[in-house]
Amino acid sequence: MSCSRMEKQMLPFVDGRLKGSEQREVEAHLAGCAACRVRVNEFRAVSGLLDELPQIEPSGAFDARVRARVAAEPVKESWWAVFAPSPRAAFAASLLLLATIWIGSRPGNVNTNNAGSNGLAAQGIDPNDLPVLENYDILANFEPLEDLPQPVQGDDSDEIDGNQAM
Amino acid sequence: MARSDVQLMLDVKAGDEQSFALLLQRYRSPLVNFLYRMVRNREQAEDLAQEVFIRVYRARADYVPSAKFTTWLFRIATNLALNSLRDTRHQRMEISLDAPVTADAEDGDERTLDVADKHPDIEQHLVEETRKAMIKHAIDKLPEKQRAAVLLHKYQELDYGEIAKILSCSESALKSLLFRAYETLRVELAPLVAKG
Repeated sequence: MSCSRMEKQMLPFVDGRLKGSEQREVEAHLAGCAACRVRVNEFRAVSGLLDELPQIEPSGAFDARVRARVAAEPVKESWWAVFAPSPRAAFAASLLLLATIWIGSRPGNVNTNNAGSNGLAAQGIDPNDLPVLENYDILANFEPLEDLPQPVQGDDSDEIDGNQAM
Repeated sequence: MARSDVQLMLDVKAGDEQSFALLLQRYRSPLVNFLYRMVRNREQAEDLAQEVFIRVYRARADYVPSAKFTTWLFRIATNLALNSLRDTRHQRMEISLDAPVTADAEDGDERTLDVADKHPDIEQHLVEETRKAMIKHAIDKLPEKQRAAVLLHKYQELDYGEIAKILSCSESALKSLLFRAYETLRVELAPLVAKG
């Protein structure tokens, strides 16, 4: 074992916390290394000095303060604890939730949403053709528009015409 | 037979307030001492120790005994101490620059030079107090993480694996950390070490 590797083993050796094989390895190194032997002895001395430091006692009011703070802590309840006083309400809420999920997942609901398009299908209109109504040509020949009064031609229209010409 | 820490904590989780009182009784002194050595102020140490117990109490519902109770407890304490030291670093620097160079004790708990007139052997008393002051000063001078490692190792007698978890480092890194700390202490306390 090298001196640098001894560094990590020195304190566990002083503490007597090394395993049998490690202990023997360190002892073998120390037998041939005076510098590490001196350092081990000095670490032992330091450890002994640290034992001399007195311990302090918590103040008399310490426990009372902790208890007061614990007593002031809000009671922690889970979300479901809201229903704890009334199991019937919990049961009713669960049934309502299940019913909502069931109704929402019924395939009929999908058809209701598409009722309008089904009506178009009955009339032989493909719903995909609906956007074509925005086409100018169709709007220009749209019969109901013929009943409307013709717009008055003004300066603005000239401008528009001019723009269109460009 | 005394219930283990883990059992007590599980009982607290089950709603037994008396078990919390037992944990408080068991760990108030080690915690206050550890925090006092870390932050070097008794009042602050007690406030932080209270905070540790409150956090343990708040976490009771989610407590799972995946590690030793002491590992968890001192991890909370160490984090609180390191945060507190970080938060008050600027303030402490100002105080240390302004403070008169007199007694070593910062809050009167260990009055090193307060010699009692009626002490039978004043010289002996002075020697002892100076010795303690030197040891305390040497520990105080250690970098925060090294200090925490030494305190947990020496005074709480936690094993290396536990301390490594508390300080969020590997066991190997912890051994290096402790070696460096003891090296510093060896140099700082050289006059006492030499006397044996």
